[in-house]
Amino acid sequence: MLYDLSLTLENNYASSTDNARNVIRILPPTLPGQQQLISGQIDISPSPDERIDRTDFFGNFVTEVAFRHPLTALTVTLKARVARGARALVMDLSPPLNGLRQELQSSTDLTPASPLHYLTASPRVTLDRPFRDFADDTVTATMTALQAVQAVGLRLHREMTFDATATDVDTPPAQAFKNRHGVCQDFSHIMIACLRSMGIPAGYVSGFLRTTPPEGQERLEGADAMHAWVRAWCGKEVGWVEYDPTNDLLVGEDHIVVGYGRDYSDVAPLKGVLRTSGGQTGTHRVDVIPVKEPRDEPMPPDCTSDI
Amino acid sequence: MSDASAAPEQLPGADILSDYTVPPGTADELFDAENRMRPVWEPFLSRLADLTPDEISERIARGDQYLRDAGVYFRRYSDQTPAERDWPLSHIPVLFPEQEWDQIAAALTQRADILERIVADIYGDQTLIRDGYLPASLLADNPEWLRPMMGVRPTSGHFLHHLAFEIGRNPDGSWFVLGDRTQAPSGAGFALENRRATSRVFPGLFANINIHRLAGFFRAFQTALGAGGPQGRDIPAILTPGPGTDTYFEHVYIARYLGLMLLEGEDLTVENGRAMVRTVDGLKPVSLLWRRMDARFADPLELDEASRIGTPGLIGAIRAGHLRMVNALGSGVLETRALMAFVPRIAEAAFGTPLMMPNIATWWCGTAPERDYVIRNADRMTIGPALTTNLPFDASTVYAIAGKLGDPAQGLLPDWITRNGPQLVAQEAVTLSTTPVYDQGKLYPRPMTVRVFMARTDQGWSIMPGGYARIGMSGESTALSMQRGGLVSDVWVVADAPVANETLTPTETQQRLPENPLPSRAADNLYWLGRYVERTENKIRLLRAYHLRLEETGTPEDARVSHIAAYLQSFGADVDPATPIPPRLMLLIDTATGCASKVRDRFSVDGWIALRDLRRTLTTLEKTTKPGQDCAKAMDVLLRMLSGFAGLVQDNMYRSSGWRFLEFGRALERASSTANMLRSFTSPDAPEGSLDIAIELGDSVITHQRHYLGDPTRQSVVDLLALDIHNPRSILFQLDTIRNLLDGLPHPDAPNQMPPLQKEALRLHTELAVATPNHMTPDALHSLERALFALSVDLGATYFR
Repeated sequence: MLYDLSLTLENNYASSTDNARNVIRILPPTLPGQQQLISGQIDISPSPDERIDRTDFFGNFVTEVAFRHPLTALTVTLKARVARGARALVMDLSPPLNGLRQELQSSTDLTPASPLHYLTASPRVTLDRPFRDFADDTVTATMTALQAVQAVGLRLHREMTFDATATDVDTPPAQAFKNRHGVCQDFSHIMIACLRSMGIPAGYVSGFLRTTPPEGQERLEGADAMHAWVRAWCGKEVGWVEYDPTNDLLVGEDHIVVGYGRDYSDVAPLKGVLRTSGGQTGTHRVDVIPVKEPRDEPMPPDCTSDI
Repeated sequence: MSDASAAPEQLPGADILSDYTVPPGTADELFDAENRMRPVWEPFLSRLADLTPDEISERIARGDQYLRDAGVYFRRYSDQTPAERDWPLSHIPVLFPEQEWDQIAAALTQRADILERIVADIYGDQTLIRDGYLPASLLADNPEWLRPMMGVRPTSGHFLHHLAFEIGRNPDGSWFVLGDRTQAPSGAGFALENRRATSRVFPGLFANINIHRLAGFFRAFQTALGAGGPQGRDIPAILTPGPGTDTYFEHVYIARYLGLMLLEGEDLTVENGRAMVRTVDGLKPVSLLWRRMDARFADPLELDEASRIGTPGLIGAIRAGHLRMVNALGSGVLETRALMAFVPRIAEAAFGTPLMMPNIATWWCGTAPERDYVIRNADRMTIGPALTTNLPFDASTVYAIAGKLGDPAQGLLPDWITRNGPQLVAQEAVTLSTTPVYDQGKLYPRPMTVRVFMARTDQGWSIMPGGYARIGMSGESTALSMQRGGLVSDVWVVADAPVANETLTPTETQQRLPENPLPSRAADNLYWLGRYVERTENKIRLLRAYHLRLEETGTPEDARVSHIAAYLQSFGADVDPATPIPPRLMLLIDTATGCASKVRDRFSVDGWIALRDLRRTLTTLEKTTKPGQDCAKAMDVLLRMLSGFAGLVQDNMYRSSGWRFLEFGRALERASSTANMLRSFTSPDAPEGSLDIAIELGDSVITHQRHYLGDPTRQSVVDLLALDIHNPRSILFQLDTIRNLLDGLPHPDAPNQMPPLQKEALRLHTELAVATPNHMTPDALHSLERALFALSVDLGATYFR
């Protein structure tokens, strides 16, 4: 599927901020076999005095901008065209949790894709007791890793209520979990905490959802803003599996990946440190529109193999 | 075995040693394994034995006095309120012969090189992990392994520049390493202060024993950092977390000693890949930071996003190759306790350089054979968290001692170890050597470790010939007896031949160093320090006036008494017979002290002590003072103390730009508060007698008597307190001061014309200079106050951003 996506992030600052420096992570990467960035452009207004485009440890695109002069508002816009392949059929060749643990113990891989980065607490995911209890109650000894991931995800989806008013971007996952209310960020952090508690490597994925569903299908939750879901490592054979706990589904061609990280703090779309006493307010608009594909529209080479 | 009670009579200090009984199975610094006094101690002990207990006490008091005078303190956290306490110096140094120290130096130099290779590999190719010498999970789970630093090679070519090692002595006399300090080792400055204090306790010995001096070490590192160099080069700086940190005193001390700037994260900004210091003279580049801040706080954009003490973009400056870090961000990963289990094998098998000095035997419980070994031998081990960076004797990171779990709820030890294996590390329960500690006429053996400092110079690693010993308070010689609450002592390395009398200055021809630019934040704090000290004085005078009138009239209902009370109340200082000293006064002093605490490196120790004394005195007075005469007298005491502070600022402070901001603050506050006071006390509505009060508040009673016949009039009071250029309490005098101060401040933006701040000060000065008392109506005074407020805002906008 080919998408045109646009994103506008607008921040207004109560008092003008001095020497603002921000990092922006909104540009989808090309992921062999899954998605291809055909074109993409990030515009910043007002025009920054410094701009550095680079990638971070996990391979995400980062745009770093700095302003020398006081700033009262900042607008970031993204226009991109991305081709996204359909979900590969996953054959469940994943080991049970014991087997998974053994595979991990023998690993000496610390490259960005290694599951070892995703096993313990990270800045925004603490491994509190309630997560472990929830996971233990959900998963049986005979389940494979993939079954465990789906069981936890499904139960979370059933017990949690999507509620944009219940939490904000800094609400700790434990609190959202206690109240069983939250948004995609909370769903994802909670699921990550549960999976890590069982020894399943789990990471945070930021990205986009198509705005309007294909005909006859329900609109997915989280499409009017940037979205988040989970990826879990299910052994060498299966590798990483992406699962969207907000919508209870394995991620497919409706999802466009922007960033991979241990949790939100690694992939926050706009991070900034402000020297200001006042607060800030922000708005954030997303459109992800399928492009009508002419018959001869070239698909990215790897995208069709598993369909 | 050394059993000193059997020491022969002819030994020096036989009497003082009568209770010196070394525990069995322990090495001792004073006596060797055959119970002979080590020769290096003999001159010291014989000298000590010549002194009477009274003489020793007197000398110890002298050393302690030195530490207090120098402002050496140690910040402790108890009950959530940070408190400063005296530096816990044990006055008996630990002595080592030069030959033994040289062996220690050689072994630790080798270890430093090995650690450098390990950290370069961890942030580079990671062959140690791929080849199985280091478990990947020790990094992956490690908060000190900083992913943003992967692949970033330090511009200097090295990750490590300043290291400390904690070493201890085995019962067989050999040395071992208890901990590597690679993140931001503290203590080098404390070692220097210990030396100064100890040399005051034993001055004669310093002349007669060949003790290696410490200055050479600091000079070599100073050169390596590029400090103390010629004008024009940018100045290296110490990056400190700020006054809240327990070693802040040391940061201040080293910055002063080595001529480095002392910066907090907020002082820095990054422009085009360069770190810049915000100074009152604009942005100035800095290319080297000696970091005393843990790495994860250094850059909130790429590391801990919650850090309030870092600098956004700092890693960018490092990545761009324009900023050198001592030590590199991420070096703290080497402090991981479990790493100790792997260093010996890496040294031997991977690098082919077996360790010359072993480290404490350590087992990571992440693999089955080690785990089983630990379970079988747990009774002679301590077990703690694998990834902690605390030293082995830190009680907060000990889960199990001698086979017993601290938390019984965790179940049986073997199950617990099996369950939590990769999170656990076990270390041998070591026995440390003992060293003498003096207590009421006798020496006692107490366990010790030594902290050794190393610095990288152009000629390679340089080791401090000395350092400090950490001494446990109990007779037991286990590592755990070294927990917090012990003592520290100086370490003397004694040569056979006289040593050069080194100082920090390399040659006889002293070169004058340029004045370091004043960071904006320091200027801001000095300015507000000036304002708050003046404000405090002002309130004390008001309180004195209140209580004098209360005494005189005997009733708070009196018109003058209630007028002063209402005036005080307008500043939030509610005064009545029940609270003769309003809490507001303490708040003001605390605010002033808070400002001073942030500029300790630019502020004299005496000035700091004066503020502390003021606070202490007020605390006492608050409890006991009664309204009326008693309280007026108490205010007199405080005023005298404050004038002592003002005297220090006037007579002793160097006329740097820092001094200018402090004085500016005092002058502006005095001008503004005098205008405000005149408005209230010379108003036609003010009760009879208010003019006398105004003169008293303006501290100009005698002057008024001398210059005017008869009772004060509104005219005479305004003339004296607003318009008299010769009265140091008048508003005009303050404006004159302000103009002079402004002339001495940098004005980078306006080379060819008078800068706006000076224009405004000139305008105010001129207006007042040509005014007559009749001009100074309440409205005119009010608009003057507003103009002064605006001047303060402009000053901030110009210099404090």
